[in-house]
Amino acid sequence: MTESAQDGEYDAWLDSIESDNGYYLECSNGHGWLPPRRVCPRCHDQDLSEVDLPESGEIASHTTITVPTPQFEDDAPYVTAIADFGPVSVTGLVRDVDPDDVSIGDVVGLDVGERVTTGERAVVFRPR
Amino acid sequence: MSDPRIAGASVTHFGKHPERTGRDLFAEAGLEALSQAGIDPDDAEALYYGNFMGELAEHQGHQGPLMAEAIGLDVPATRVEAACASAGTAVREAVKTIRNGEAEVVVVGGAERMTNIGTAAATDALAIAADDLYEVRAGMTFPGAYALMARSYFDQYGGSHEDLAHIAVKNHEHALVNEHAQIQKEITVEDATEAPTIASPLGLYDSCPITDGAAAAVLTTESYAEERDLDAPVAITGTGQGGDNLALQDRPHLAQTPAADKAADEAYEDAGVGPDDVDFAEVHDCFTIAEVFAIESLGFYERGEGIAAARNGETTRDGDRPINLSGGLKAKGHPVGATGVAQLATVAWLLDGSHPRADAVPDSTVGVAHNAGGTVASTTVHIMEVRE
Ligand SMILES: [Zn+2]
Repeated sequence: MTESAQDGEYDAWLDSIESDNGYYLECSNGHGWLPPRRVCPRCHDQDLSEVDLPESGEIASHTTITVPTPQFEDDAPYVTAIADFGPVSVTGLVRDVDPDDVSIGDVVGLDVGERVTTGERAVVFRPR
Repeated sequence: MSDPRIAGASVTHFGKHPERTGRDLFAEAGLEALSQAGIDPDDAEALYYGNFMGELAEHQGHQGPLMAEAIGLDVPATRVEAACASAGTAVREAVKTIRNGEAEVVVVGGAERMTNIGTAAATDALAIAADDLYEVRAGMTFPGAYALMARSYFDQYGGSHEDLAHIAVKNHEHALVNEHAQIQKEITVEDATEAPTIASPLGLYDSCPITDGAAAAVLTTESYAEERDLDAPVAITGTGQGGDNLALQDRPHLAQTPAADKAADEAYEDAGVGPDDVDFAEVHDCFTIAEVFAIESLGFYERGEGIAAARNGETTRDGDRPINLSGGLKAKGHPVGATGVAQLATVAWLLDGSHPRADAVPDSTVGVAHNAGGTVASTTVHIMEVRE
């Protein structure tokens, strides 16, 4: 693949996590979202501010994927999870844990890692 | 306002037809639907056509006019894309067009060619119904997304993989007499629970297959059908559509499908019926757990209770309210952009008595089709009733 353009606010958000300044966007009513967002889809508020992400989150659900897309061929089997970080939830790859030992409620931290197959950046969770 | 009549409908065989082009698949279904309707094709005034992944599978965009041409029509043709709900959404557009008095005859359909690119590329193509930045880049596949929803359901409400297996067993059994079905093979609960895992907790038998196929229907106004004495006893009396956040991570609940709640509420109100009036339904069981979400959102079961319906024999063909008498997506197959219209055709045939499983629902008068896109970020619900 040729060098491609970055994905604006998404890559900037990954940069923020890599430099330990991870944030989410919060509206005046406390609804949390990940960028890019210009408006809260729940309450229409456009006054979104950057708030520090909590140090740790809790796994809300997880799956061990054994039939991947080609972009994750060499990653499989791998665990994809959704983790709750206060008012915002994040989807990521669970690392440093045996897939059989991942449970709902596990406490994880947020990091940026690499996909095995492509070397591209990916959101990862590690146990805390 | 006239409720559209279904004057004709057709589906191709659903299965592996890797060498058949999308346009040929749709031509078969569309021409047969027009023939069944017994109308002058010149009377058709519009085509609404569902297709999801034509760019990826056939390097073919701009499919509206291509498909109109394939069935010999020179009409305004619009492709509708809402992932797996593309055809259901096309039906809704066709219903609105007829109700608005803009047309007396509309053709609606859909097609998908999938197996020609192989399983890996098809898995990749299906994944684009999810949020690319936040889900696909975190390894989310289509089965993976439903696996996250299934595990959350088990955690919140209980239930097990064995409960899901009963849904697969039921839908496989229903498909045994459906000659259009991709899979006509009886399976056991043990077959399903012991099958290889694809995305835990979901296994091979929790997932619909990858399918090539097409479906089409001809909708007319009531007056058009009556003036020409068409055999069109089934009317679409209610339509509803709902949406949700695209990414699972942005939803308040992982084990509920509010887009389908909204679509169902709107469709019931539109038709003036309620869940208790419904004799049977064709619902979007791309994965076994999706059937559970569907029958809860349609109001047949309280939250957390749909999981036991198949195991209890309530949704089997001899149950109180059979679900997916066609075999569902699970056994009939799921050519993504055709599914919503195949469901419409199935409901019409069950109501008019011409479906091979119509004996399971004799004297039925109200059927429902529930078509969901992605992880149910789009849903359409259509109510069909016998008129005359
Ligand atoms: Zn808000």
